[in-house]
Amino acid sequence: MSTHHHDHHHDHDHGHDHQEPPSDAALRVKALETLLTAKGLVDPAALDAYIDYYETKVGPRNGAKVVARAWTDPAYRRRLLEDATAAIAEFDIRGRQGEHMVAVENGPKLHNLVVCTLCSCYPWPVLGLPPVWYKSDAYRSRAVIDPRGVLGDFGLVLDDDVEIRVWDSTAEIRYLVIPERPAGTEGLDEAQLAALVSRDSMIGTAKVTAP
Amino acid sequence: MNGVHDMGGMHGFGPVLPEADEPLFHHDWEARALAITLAMAGWKRWNLDVSRHARERSDPADYLRNSYYERWIDGLGRLMVEQGLLTEREWATMQPDPAAPRQTPPIRPQDVPALLDRGGPTARSEGQPAGFAVGQRVRARNINPVGHTRLPRYVRGHVGTIMLDHGPHVFADDHAHFRGENPQHLYNVRFEAAELWGADAAFRGDVRVDLWESHLESA
Repeated sequence: MSTHHHDHHHDHDHGHDHQEPPSDAALRVKALETLLTAKGLVDPAALDAYIDYYETKVGPRNGAKVVARAWTDPAYRRRLLEDATAAIAEFDIRGRQGEHMVAVENGPKLHNLVVCTLCSCYPWPVLGLPPVWYKSDAYRSRAVIDPRGVLGDFGLVLDDDVEIRVWDSTAEIRYLVIPERPAGTEGLDEAQLAALVSRDSMIGTAKVTAP
Repeated sequence: MNGVHDMGGMHGFGPVLPEADEPLFHHDWEARALAITLAMAGWKRWNLDVSRHARERSDPADYLRNSYYERWIDGLGRLMVEQGLLTEREWATMQPDPAAPRQTPPIRPQDVPALLDRGGPTARSEGQPAGFAVGQRVRARNINPVGHTRLPRYVRGHVGTIMLDHGPHVFADDHAHFRGENPQHLYNVRFEAAELWGADAAFRGDVRVDLWESHLESA
Protein backbone atom coordinates (compact mmCIF):
# COMPACT_ATOMS: atom_id res chain seq x y z
CA MET A 1 0.00 0.00 0.00
CA SER A 2 0.91 3.57 -0.29
CA THR A 3 3.04 4.92 2.40
CA HIS A 4 4.85 2.38 4.42
CA HIS A 5 5.89 0.26 1.51
CA HIS A 6 6.24 2.61 -1.40
CA ASP A 7 7.27 5.88 0.21
CA HIS A 8 9.14 4.29 3.03
CA HIS A 9 11.22 2.46 0.49
CA HIS A 10 12.06 5.81 -1.05
CA ASP A 11 12.85 7.28 2.34
CA HIS A 12 15.84 5.02 2.50
CA ASP A 13 16.84 6.15 -0.95
CA HIS A 14 16.48 9.81 -0.21
CA GLY A 15 19.69 11.67 -0.77
CA HIS A 16 20.79 9.19 -3.40
CA ASP A 17 18.21 10.11 -6.02
CA HIS A 18 20.82 11.57 -8.33
CA GLN A 19 22.46 8.17 -8.68
CA GLU A 20 19.28 6.36 -9.61
CA PRO A 21 17.15 6.27 -12.73
CA PRO A 22 13.92 8.24 -12.33
CA SER A 23 10.95 6.25 -11.07
CA ASP A 24 7.95 5.44 -13.25
CA ALA A 25 6.00 8.09 -11.37
CA ALA A 26 8.67 10.71 -11.99
CA LEU A 27 8.76 9.94 -15.71
CA ARG A 28 4.98 9.90 -15.94
CA VAL A 29 4.48 13.24 -14.18
CA LYS A 30 7.24 14.81 -16.27
CA ALA A 31 5.60 13.55 -19.45
CA LEU A 32 2.22 14.80 -18.25
CA GLU A 33 3.56 18.27 -17.52
CA THR A 34 5.17 18.39 -20.95
CA LEU A 35 1.91 17.31 -22.60
CA LEU A 36 -0.26 19.78 -20.68
CA THR A 37 2.20 22.60 -21.37
CA ALA A 38 2.29 21.80 -25.09
CA LYS A 39 -1.50 21.87 -25.23
CA GLY A 40 -1.67 25.17 -23.36
CA LEU A 41 -3.55 23.58 -20.47
CA VAL A 42 -1.06 24.64 -17.77
CA ASP A 43 1.61 27.30 -17.46
CA PRO A 44 4.76 25.83 -15.86
CA ALA A 45 5.40 29.17 -14.14
CA ALA A 46 2.00 28.86 -12.47
CA LEU A 47 2.96 25.39 -11.27
CA ASP A 48 6.08 26.94 -9.71
CA ALA A 49 3.83 29.48 -7.98
CA TYR A 50 1.68 26.75 -6.41
CA ILE A 51 4.76 24.97 -5.11
CA ASP A 52 6.27 28.20 -3.81
CA TYR A 53 3.08 28.95 -1.88
CA TYR A 54 3.20 25.63 -0.05
CA GLU A 55 6.95 25.80 0.47
CA THR A 56 6.99 29.32 1.87
CA LYS A 57 3.58 30.65 2.86
CA VAL A 58 1.84 27.91 4.82
CA GLY A 59 3.10 25.40 7.33
CA PRO A 60 2.85 24.37 10.97
CA ARG A 61 4.47 27.61 12.14
CA ASN A 62 1.14 29.22 11.32
CA GLY A 63 -0.76 26.89 13.61
CA ALA A 64 1.87 27.25 16.32
CA LYS A 65 1.31 31.02 16.40
CA VAL A 66 -2.41 30.44 16.89
CA VAL A 67 -1.82 27.97 19.73
CA ALA A 68 0.70 30.21 21.52
CA ARG A 69 -1.73 33.13 21.36
CA ALA A 70 -4.50 30.92 22.78
CA TRP A 71 -2.19 29.92 25.65
CA THR A 72 -1.29 33.49 26.55
CA ASP A 73 -4.43 35.49 25.76
CA PRO A 74 -7.65 34.20 27.39
CA ALA A 75 -9.84 36.44 25.25
CA TYR A 76 -8.20 35.09 22.09
CA ARG A 77 -8.64 31.51 23.34
CA ARG A 78 -12.36 32.19 23.76
CA ARG A 79 -12.63 33.63 20.27
CA LEU A 80 -10.73 30.66 18.85
CA LEU A 81 -13.04 28.15 20.51
CA GLU A 82 -16.10 30.16 19.49
CA ASP A 83 -15.19 30.83 15.83
CA ALA A 84 -11.83 29.40 14.83
CA THR A 85 -12.04 30.55 11.22
CA ALA A 86 -12.33 34.19 12.28
CA ALA A 87 -9.79 33.91 15.11
CA ILE A 88 -7.21 32.31 12.81
CA ALA A 89 -7.88 34.99 10.19
CA GLU A 90 -6.71 37.57 12.74
CA PHE A 91 -3.21 36.34 11.80
CA ASP A 92 -4.05 36.73 8.10
CA ILE A 93 -4.08 32.91 7.89
CA ARG A 94 -6.83 31.58 5.66
CA GLY A 95 -7.45 29.70 2.45
CA ARG A 96 -7.78 26.42 0.65
CA GLN A 97 -8.53 23.46 2.92
CA GLY A 98 -9.00 25.77 5.90
CA GLU A 99 -12.13 27.62 4.83
CA HIS A 100 -14.11 26.38 7.84
CA MET A 101 -12.05 25.80 10.96
CA VAL A 102 -12.94 24.36 14.37
CA ALA A 103 -10.43 24.38 17.26
CA VAL A 104 -10.61 21.60 19.85
CA GLU A 105 -8.77 21.80 23.14
CA ASN A 106 -6.91 19.07 24.98
CA GLY A 107 -7.04 18.85 28.76
CA PRO A 108 -5.74 16.63 31.54
CA LYS A 109 -8.56 14.11 30.99
CA LEU A 110 -9.36 14.68 27.31
CA HIS A 111 -7.21 14.06 24.25
CA ASN A 112 -8.27 15.03 20.71
CA LEU A 113 -6.98 13.32 17.57
CA VAL A 114 -7.74 14.33 13.96
CA VAL A 115 -7.96 11.99 10.97
CA CYS A 116 -9.63 11.74 7.57
CA THR A 117 -10.63 8.13 6.97
CA LEU A 118 -12.08 8.72 3.48
CA CYS A 119 -9.17 10.64 1.92
CA SER A 120 -6.61 12.86 3.65
CA CYS A 121 -8.41 16.10 4.57
CA TYR A 122 -6.11 18.30 6.64
CA PRO A 123 -6.05 21.98 7.66
CA TRP A 124 -3.52 23.23 5.10
CA PRO A 125 -3.44 26.96 6.02
CA VAL A 126 -2.46 26.28 9.64
CA LEU A 127 -0.42 23.08 9.26
CA GLY A 128 0.79 23.06 5.65
CA LEU A 129 0.65 19.94 3.50
CA PRO A 130 0.06 16.72 5.45
CA PRO A 131 2.94 14.39 6.32
CA VAL A 132 3.09 10.98 4.65
CA TRP A 133 1.99 9.16 7.79
CA TYR A 134 -1.22 11.21 8.01
CA LYS A 135 -2.09 10.16 4.46
CA SER A 136 -1.13 6.53 5.06
CA ASP A 137 -3.68 3.74 4.96
CA ALA A 138 -2.40 2.59 8.35
CA TYR A 139 -3.35 5.89 9.99
CA ARG A 140 -6.62 6.39 8.11
CA SER A 141 -7.87 2.89 8.96
CA ARG A 142 -6.76 2.61 12.56
CA ALA A 143 -7.19 6.07 14.12
CA VAL A 144 -10.95 5.60 14.61
CA ILE A 145 -10.86 2.05 16.00
CA ASP A 146 -7.57 1.98 17.91
CA PRO A 147 -6.42 5.54 18.59
CA ARG A 148 -4.39 4.46 21.62
CA GLY A 149 -2.51 2.00 19.44
CA VAL A 150 -1.84 4.77 16.90
CA LEU A 151 -0.60 7.10 19.64
CA GLY A 152 1.66 4.27 20.78
CA ASP A 153 3.26 4.25 17.33
CA PHE A 154 4.27 7.85 18.11
CA GLY A 155 5.57 6.88 21.54
CA LEU A 156 2.67 8.67 23.24
CA VAL A 157 1.06 6.75 26.10
CA LEU A 158 -1.86 8.42 27.87
CA ASP A 159 -3.21 7.51 31.30
CA ASP A 160 -6.08 5.01 31.22
CA ASP A 161 -8.56 7.58 32.52
CA VAL A 162 -7.96 10.00 29.64
CA GLU A 163 -10.90 10.12 27.25
CA ILE A 164 -10.02 10.06 23.55
CA ARG A 165 -12.02 12.10 21.06
CA VAL A 166 -11.29 11.30 17.40
CA TRP A 167 -12.39 13.80 14.75
CA ASP A 168 -12.98 12.22 11.34
CA SER A 169 -12.84 15.06 8.77
CA THR A 170 -15.61 13.82 6.49
CA ALA A 171 -16.78 17.23 5.23
CA GLU A 172 -15.12 20.63 4.65
CA ILE A 173 -14.71 21.42 8.34
CA ARG A 174 -11.05 21.27 9.36
CA TYR A 175 -9.97 20.64 12.93
CA LEU A 176 -7.02 22.14 14.81
CA VAL A 177 -6.02 20.61 18.15
CA ILE A 178 -4.96 23.07 20.83
CA PRO A 179 -2.49 21.01 22.86
CA GLU A 180 -2.01 21.47 26.60
CA ARG A 181 0.50 24.09 27.57
CA PRO A 182 3.28 22.22 29.38
CA ALA A 183 4.17 22.97 32.98
CA GLY A 184 7.36 24.94 33.43
CA THR A 185 6.71 27.37 30.59
CA GLU A 186 5.29 30.18 32.70
CA GLY A 187 8.23 32.46 31.96
CA LEU A 188 8.15 32.09 28.19
CA ASP A 189 6.69 34.70 25.90
CA GLU A 190 4.37 34.03 22.99
CA ALA A 191 7.11 33.59 20.39
CA GLN A 192 9.07 31.25 22.65
CA LEU A 193 5.94 29.21 23.26
CA ALA A 194 5.15 29.02 19.55
CA ALA A 195 8.59 27.54 18.95
CA LEU A 196 7.65 24.61 21.23
CA VAL A 197 4.43 23.71 19.41
CA SER A 198 4.98 20.84 16.99
CA ARG A 199 2.88 19.94 13.98
CA ASP A 200 2.00 16.57 15.49
CA SER A 201 0.75 18.19 18.71
CA MET A 202 -1.81 20.10 16.63
CA ILE A 203 -3.01 16.86 14.97
CA GLY A 204 -3.09 15.09 18.32
CA THR A 205 -0.32 12.53 17.92
CA ALA A 206 2.07 14.30 20.30
CA LYS A 207 2.10 16.45 23.41
CA VAL A 208 4.06 19.65 23.76
CA THR A 209 6.98 19.36 26.12
CA ALA A 210 8.82 22.09 28.00
CA PRO A 211 12.34 22.90 26.75
CA MET B 1 -19.40 3.84 -3.08
CA ASN B 2 -18.23 1.01 -0.86
CA GLY B 3 -14.64 1.36 -2.06
CA VAL B 4 -11.23 0.68 -0.59
CA HIS B 5 -10.86 4.41 0.12
CA ASP B 6 -13.44 4.03 2.92
CA MET B 7 -10.89 2.62 5.36
CA GLY B 8 -12.09 3.64 8.81
CA GLY B 9 -11.87 0.62 11.11
CA MET B 10 -10.09 -1.70 8.70
CA HIS B 11 -7.35 -3.94 10.02
CA GLY B 12 -4.09 -5.12 8.52
CA PHE B 13 -2.31 -2.00 7.27
CA GLY B 14 0.41 -2.26 9.89
CA PRO B 15 1.82 0.38 12.21
CA VAL B 16 1.86 4.11 11.50
CA LEU B 17 5.41 5.12 10.63
CA PRO B 18 6.19 8.74 11.50
CA GLU B 19 9.29 10.12 9.80
CA ALA B 20 11.58 12.50 11.66
CA ASP B 21 12.33 15.77 9.85
CA GLU B 22 10.15 14.76 6.94
CA PRO B 23 10.66 16.94 3.85
CA LEU B 24 7.64 18.70 2.34
CA PHE B 25 8.10 16.58 -0.78
CA HIS B 26 10.17 13.41 -1.03
CA HIS B 27 10.68 13.86 -4.77
CA ASP B 28 10.36 16.76 -7.18
CA TRP B 29 7.64 14.95 -9.13
CA GLU B 30 5.40 15.01 -6.06
CA ALA B 31 5.51 18.80 -6.03
CA ARG B 32 4.75 18.93 -9.76
CA ALA B 33 1.88 16.44 -9.31
CA LEU B 34 0.35 18.62 -6.59
CA ALA B 35 0.70 21.76 -8.69
CA ILE B 36 -0.62 20.18 -11.88
CA THR B 37 -3.68 18.90 -10.04
CA LEU B 38 -4.42 22.29 -8.48
CA ALA B 39 -3.79 24.17 -11.73
CA MET B 40 -6.02 21.87 -13.82
CA ALA B 41 -8.91 22.61 -11.46
CA GLY B 42 -8.66 26.14 -12.89
CA TRP B 43 -10.49 24.90 -16.01
CA LYS B 44 -13.57 24.56 -13.79
CA ARG B 45 -14.66 21.38 -15.50
CA TRP B 46 -15.03 19.74 -12.09
CA ASN B 47 -15.12 20.57 -8.39
CA LEU B 48 -13.31 19.18 -5.35
CA ASP B 49 -16.01 16.57 -4.70
CA VAL B 50 -15.84 15.35 -8.30
CA SER B 51 -12.06 15.04 -8.00
CA ARG B 52 -12.29 13.10 -4.73
CA HIS B 53 -14.71 10.70 -6.38
CA ALA B 54 -12.36 10.33 -9.36
CA ARG B 55 -9.63 9.10 -6.98
CA GLU B 56 -12.09 6.71 -5.32
CA ARG B 57 -12.86 5.23 -8.73
CA SER B 58 -9.29 4.07 -9.24
CA ASP B 59 -8.88 0.32 -9.62
CA PRO B 60 -8.83 -0.88 -5.98
CA ALA B 61 -5.52 -2.72 -6.35
CA ASP B 62 -3.96 0.39 -7.93
CA TYR B 63 -5.40 2.59 -5.19
CA LEU B 64 -3.82 0.50 -2.46
CA ARG B 65 -0.49 0.16 -4.26
CA ASN B 66 -0.17 3.82 -5.24
CA SER B 67 1.33 6.54 -3.10
CA TYR B 68 -0.69 9.65 -2.32
CA TYR B 69 0.35 11.75 -5.30
CA GLU B 70 0.13 8.76 -7.65
CA ARG B 71 -3.51 8.47 -6.54
CA TRP B 72 -3.96 12.14 -7.40
CA ILE B 73 -2.49 11.75 -10.89
CA ASP B 74 -4.56 8.63 -11.53
CA GLY B 75 -7.74 10.51 -10.60
CA LEU B 76 -6.69 13.60 -12.57
CA GLY B 77 -6.12 11.54 -15.72
CA ARG B 78 -9.60 10.05 -15.42
CA LEU B 79 -11.13 13.55 -15.04
CA MET B 80 -9.21 15.15 -17.89
CA VAL B 81 -10.34 12.44 -20.29
CA GLU B 82 -13.95 12.37 -19.05
CA GLN B 83 -14.23 16.15 -19.22
CA GLY B 84 -12.66 16.45 -22.66
CA LEU B 85 -9.41 18.22 -21.75
CA LEU B 86 -7.37 15.27 -23.05
CA THR B 87 -8.26 12.45 -25.41
CA GLU B 88 -7.85 8.88 -24.22
CA ARG B 89 -5.03 8.54 -26.71
CA GLU B 90 -3.25 11.61 -25.35
CA TRP B 91 -3.51 10.28 -21.79
CA ALA B 92 -2.28 6.85 -22.88
CA THR B 93 0.63 8.10 -24.99
CA MET B 94 1.36 11.46 -23.30
CA GLN B 95 1.69 12.88 -26.84
CA PRO B 96 -0.44 15.84 -27.96
CA ASP B 97 -2.95 15.35 -30.75
CA PRO B 98 -1.42 17.53 -33.51
CA ALA B 99 -4.92 18.48 -34.74
CA ALA B 100 -5.98 19.96 -31.38
CA PRO B 101 -5.74 23.77 -31.11
CA ARG B 102 -3.37 25.17 -28.54
CA GLN B 103 -5.25 26.68 -25.60
CA THR B 104 -4.47 29.38 -23.03
CA PRO B 105 -4.00 28.27 -19.41
CA PRO B 106 -6.71 29.75 -17.16
CA ILE B 107 -4.39 30.25 -14.18
CA ARG B 108 -1.60 32.81 -14.47
CA PRO B 109 1.33 32.67 -12.02
CA GLN B 110 0.41 36.00 -10.45
CA ASP B 111 -3.13 34.74 -9.71
CA VAL B 112 -2.02 31.74 -7.64
CA PRO B 113 -1.51 33.19 -4.12
CA ALA B 114 -4.87 34.98 -4.10
CA LEU B 115 -6.65 31.89 -5.44
CA LEU B 116 -5.20 29.75 -2.67
CA ASP B 117 -5.86 32.40 -0.02
CA ARG B 118 -9.50 32.49 -1.10
CA GLY B 119 -9.99 28.71 -1.22
CA GLY B 120 -13.44 27.33 -1.85
CA PRO B 121 -15.83 27.86 1.06
CA THR B 122 -18.73 25.39 1.11
CA ALA B 123 -20.92 27.09 3.74
CA ARG B 124 -24.06 28.63 2.25
CA SER B 125 -26.33 31.20 3.84
CA GLU B 126 -29.44 29.41 2.63
CA GLY B 127 -30.36 25.76 2.44
CA GLN B 128 -32.95 23.27 3.51
CA PRO B 129 -34.19 24.02 7.05
CA ALA B 130 -32.46 22.08 9.83
CA GLY B 131 -34.19 18.81 10.63
CA PHE B 132 -32.17 18.08 13.75
CA ALA B 133 -31.11 20.01 16.82
CA VAL B 134 -27.96 19.92 18.92
CA GLY B 135 -28.33 17.23 21.57
CA GLN B 136 -30.71 15.12 19.49
CA ARG B 137 -30.14 11.38 19.09
CA VAL B 138 -29.80 10.34 15.46
CA ARG B 139 -28.97 7.23 13.50
CA ALA B 140 -26.62 7.26 10.52
CA ARG B 141 -28.70 5.87 7.69
CA ASN B 142 -27.85 2.50 6.22
CA ILE B 143 -27.34 3.67 2.66
CA ASN B 144 -24.99 2.08 0.15
CA PRO B 145 -24.90 4.33 -2.91
CA VAL B 146 -22.67 3.25 -5.79
CA GLY B 147 -21.67 6.90 -6.26
CA HIS B 148 -19.82 9.31 -3.97
CA THR B 149 -20.80 9.63 -0.34
CA ARG B 150 -19.12 11.19 2.67
CA LEU B 151 -20.99 8.86 5.02
CA PRO B 152 -18.34 6.30 5.99
CA ARG B 153 -19.35 2.66 6.29
CA TYR B 154 -18.19 2.31 9.88
CA VAL B 155 -20.89 4.63 11.22
CA ARG B 156 -23.84 3.46 9.08
CA GLY B 157 -26.70 2.11 11.17
CA HIS B 158 -25.15 3.43 14.38
CA VAL B 159 -26.74 5.82 16.83
CA GLY B 160 -25.06 9.07 17.82
CA THR B 161 -25.75 12.54 19.15
CA ILE B 162 -25.74 15.84 17.28
CA MET B 163 -22.97 17.93 18.86
CA LEU B 164 -22.62 20.86 16.43
CA ASP B 165 -24.74 22.34 13.67
CA HIS B 166 -22.33 23.78 11.09
CA GLY B 167 -25.21 25.30 9.11
CA PRO B 168 -25.97 24.67 5.44
CA HIS B 169 -23.06 23.34 3.36
CA VAL B 170 -22.77 22.21 -0.24
CA PHE B 171 -23.89 18.57 -0.22
CA ALA B 172 -20.84 16.66 -1.39
CA ASP B 173 -22.75 13.52 -2.39
CA ASP B 174 -24.70 15.52 -4.99
CA HIS B 175 -21.93 17.94 -5.92
CA ALA B 176 -19.60 15.05 -6.81
CA HIS B 177 -22.03 14.02 -9.57
CA PHE B 178 -22.72 17.49 -11.02
CA ARG B 179 -26.19 17.46 -9.47
CA GLY B 180 -25.78 20.97 -8.02
CA GLU B 181 -24.81 22.30 -4.60
CA ASN B 182 -28.11 21.47 -2.89
CA PRO B 183 -26.97 22.94 0.45
CA GLN B 184 -28.27 21.21 3.55
CA HIS B 185 -27.32 21.31 7.21
CA LEU B 186 -24.05 19.71 8.14
CA TYR B 187 -23.78 18.35 11.68
CA ASN B 188 -21.03 17.02 13.85
CA VAL B 189 -22.24 13.73 15.30
CA ARG B 190 -20.73 11.93 18.29
CA PHE B 191 -20.56 8.14 18.17
CA GLU B 192 -19.42 6.42 21.34
CA ALA B 193 -16.54 3.98 20.80
CA ALA B 194 -18.57 1.12 22.25
CA GLU B 195 -21.49 1.91 19.91
CA LEU B 196 -19.20 1.63 16.87
CA TRP B 197 -16.94 -1.19 17.91
CA GLY B 198 -18.84 -3.10 20.59
CA ALA B 199 -16.84 -5.11 23.06
CA ASP B 200 -13.76 -4.68 20.86
CA ALA B 201 -13.65 -0.91 21.46
CA ALA B 202 -10.01 -0.39 22.33
CA PHE B 203 -10.49 2.99 23.96
CA ARG B 204 -12.81 5.02 26.13
CA GLY B 205 -14.16 7.96 24.21
CA ASP B 206 -15.87 8.68 20.93
CA VAL B 207 -15.51 9.43 17.26
CA ARG B 208 -16.97 12.66 15.89
CA VAL B 209 -18.04 12.66 12.27
CA ASP B 210 -19.42 15.49 10.11
CA LEU B 211 -22.58 14.29 8.38
CA TRP B 212 -25.23 16.00 6.29
CA GLU B 213 -28.97 15.98 6.88
CA SER B 214 -29.47 13.28 4.21
CA HIS B 215 -27.12 10.93 6.07
CA LEU B 216 -29.20 10.96 9.25
CA GLU B 217 -32.56 9.86 10.61
CA SER B 218 -34.18 10.27 14.02
CA ALA B 219 -33.29 7.61 16.57
